Amino acid sequence: MIDKTTNQKAWFLVAPVVVLVAFNALIPLMTVVNYSVQETFGDNIFFWEGVKWFEQVLHSERFHDSLLRQLSFTSIILLIEVPLGVAVALSMPKKGPWVSVCLVLMALPLLIPWNVVGAMWNIFALPDIGLLGRMINGIGFDYNFTQQPTAAWFTVILMDVWHWTSLVTLLAYAGLCSIPDAYYQAARIDGASSWSVFRYIQLPKMKRVLTIAILLRFMDSFMIYTEPFVLTGGGPGNSTTFLSIDLVKIALGQFDLGPAAAMSLIYFLIILLLSWVFYTLMMRNEEQ
Amino acid sequence: MKGFKWLTPTLYILFLMLPIYWLISMSFKTTNEILGHFSLWPQEFTLDNYVKIFTDPTWYNGYFNSITYVVINTLISVSVALPAAYAFSRYRFLGDKHLFFWLLTNRMAPAAVFALPFFQLYSAVGLFDTPWAVALAHCLFNIPLAVWILEGFMSGVPKELDETAFVDGYSFWRFFTKIFLPTIAAGIGVAMFFCFMFSWVELLLAKTLTSVAAKPIAATMTRTASTAGYELGLLAAAGTLTIIPGAIVIWFVRNNIAKGFALGRV
Repeated sequence: MIDKTTNQKAWFLVAPVVVLVAFNALIPLMTVVNYSVQETFGDNIFFWEGVKWFEQVLHSERFHDSLLRQLSFTSIILLIEVPLGVAVALSMPKKGPWVSVCLVLMALPLLIPWNVVGAMWNIFALPDIGLLGRMINGIGFDYNFTQQPTAAWFTVILMDVWHWTSLVTLLAYAGLCSIPDAYYQAARIDGASSWSVFRYIQLPKMKRVLTIAILLRFMDSFMIYTEPFVLTGGGPGNSTTFLSIDLVKIALGQFDLGPAAAMSLIYFLIILLLSWVFYTLMMRNEEQ
Repeated sequence: MKGFKWLTPTLYILFLMLPIYWLISMSFKTTNEILGHFSLWPQEFTLDNYVKIFTDPTWYNGYFNSITYVVINTLISVSVALPAAYAFSRYRFLGDKHLFFWLLTNRMAPAAVFALPFFQLYSAVGLFDTPWAVALAHCLFNIPLAVWILEGFMSGVPKELDETAFVDGYSFWRFFTKIFLPTIAAGIGVAMFFCFMFSWVELLLAKTLTSVAAKPIAATMTRTASTAGYELGLLAAAGTLTIIPGAIVIWFVRNNIAKGFALGRV
C-alpha cells in the first residue's frame, strides 16, 4: 500500500473526470427523478404525483416477477461461471506458447458486440437450422427455445456462460500467476494434497481477483439487456423478461414514463446497495 | 490425472469456438442453403454476403461509424482518467473515497435506465446522431473503469520514483509525461483495450443516440433482420466482421491481458 500524502490540489487532476461523468450521470439522473414524481399527458405539462409511481411499482406483480427472474438468472450464472472459470484457470498451462493462444481464444467472446452474441446464439440454437438445436433434438430431447420457457432459460444461461466465463477465468488466472513457485515447492516437500494446495495456497491468492470477478459479473448480469432481447425477445411469453427488458418495454414500448422512471430508480438502488456490499468487502480485503 | 490437464481448457475453448464456427460457416452459405438443408459446412461456398457488405454504403459506413465513436471514446476516457488515477493513487484529498465510489456507481447504472434521458440530453445539446454523442455517453461507464484500472497499475509503481524526479528538478507535467507515463505503458494499453472493448460491444445507447448519419454497424444488423426479410447469410457475414477488430486488439494486449482483467490489482 502506498503511503498517501494529503494534497487538496489533487482535485484539479480529478476535475475533468468529475465534469464529464457528472454531465452524463447527474443530468439524466435528474430527468429520471423528475419523471418519477410527476404525471404527464404530453406537451411538457406535468402534474405532481409524489410517491404514487413508486408505490405502484413496488406493489405490482409484474415488477416482482421480473425481479425474481433477474435474481434467479444472476444467481444461476454466478453459481456456474465462478466455479467453471476457476476450474479452467487451474488447468491452464503456466508458461509456453500455448498460454497466449489460450488467452486470446478465451477472450474472444468478450469482444463480440452484444447483439451479435444474441444473433449468433439465435442461429446456433434454432431447432431447424442451428447446430446446437439440431444436436439436442438429435440425441432425443424435444428442444425449441422459441416455444418452451425451460428451453429458453437453458439457452439464455448457456449463452451467458459462453459469453462471460472467460472473464472469471482470466481474473483467476491472473491471481494464480502471482503465486511464487516457492510456495508450490514448499507444499510438495510437506506432501500436501492437491486439495490442500488449492484450499490454502491458490484460493487465498485468488480471493481478491475473484471478488472483482463476482462484482463485475453481478453488476453486468443484473443489467443484461441486449443478448437475451435479441435471442428470445423476452419470451416465450414473459419467461425471459429480465428487469432491463421489462423497463425498456414500459418506457419506450408503452411510454409510461412515470412508472418507468420510478422502476429505474428502484432498480438502480438495488444494484447500488448490493454492489456497495461487494465493494466494501473487497476494500476490506485490500486493506488487510 | 496430471497427463489430462490439457483436456479442460481444450474442451472449454472448443465450446467457445462452436457458435463462432457456426456463424462464420453460415456467412459463406447462400440463403437457400441455410433454410433449405442442414449441412455442417458450406456446400455451395459463396462470398456474395461479404461482397454485398463491402459494396453497399449503408453497410460499410456502419463500420466506420462504430470505429469512429469507439476511438474517440477511448482517447477521451484514457486521457482524462490518467491524471485522475494518479491523484487517487498518490494523494489523500477531501472526499476522495466517496468520489471513487461515486465514479464506480456509474459503472453500475443500467443503460436501459439512461437510454431515454440520454436521448433528450444529447438532442438538447445538438449532438444527436453524431459519433460525439455516443463517444461521450460511453464515457459514463468507461471513465470509471479506466480510472479503476489505471489506479491499480499506478499503485504498483513505488512513490520513490516521483520523489526522486521532483528532487532532480522535474516539474510535475514533465515528470508525468516523460517518466511516469512510459513506466505504466502496459497499464495504459490495458485501459485502452477495456475502453475499446466496452464501447465496441455496447449497443443500446449507441442505437438510441443515432438515427442515420452515425448509425453503428451493430444497429445496421438489427435493421436487416427486421425489414429486408430474413437474410441470415448477410447477418452472419456482418457479425463475423464485427469479431475482427476485437480479435486484433486482443492480440496486441495478449501479454498483459490477464493482469488487465484483474484491473492491475494482482
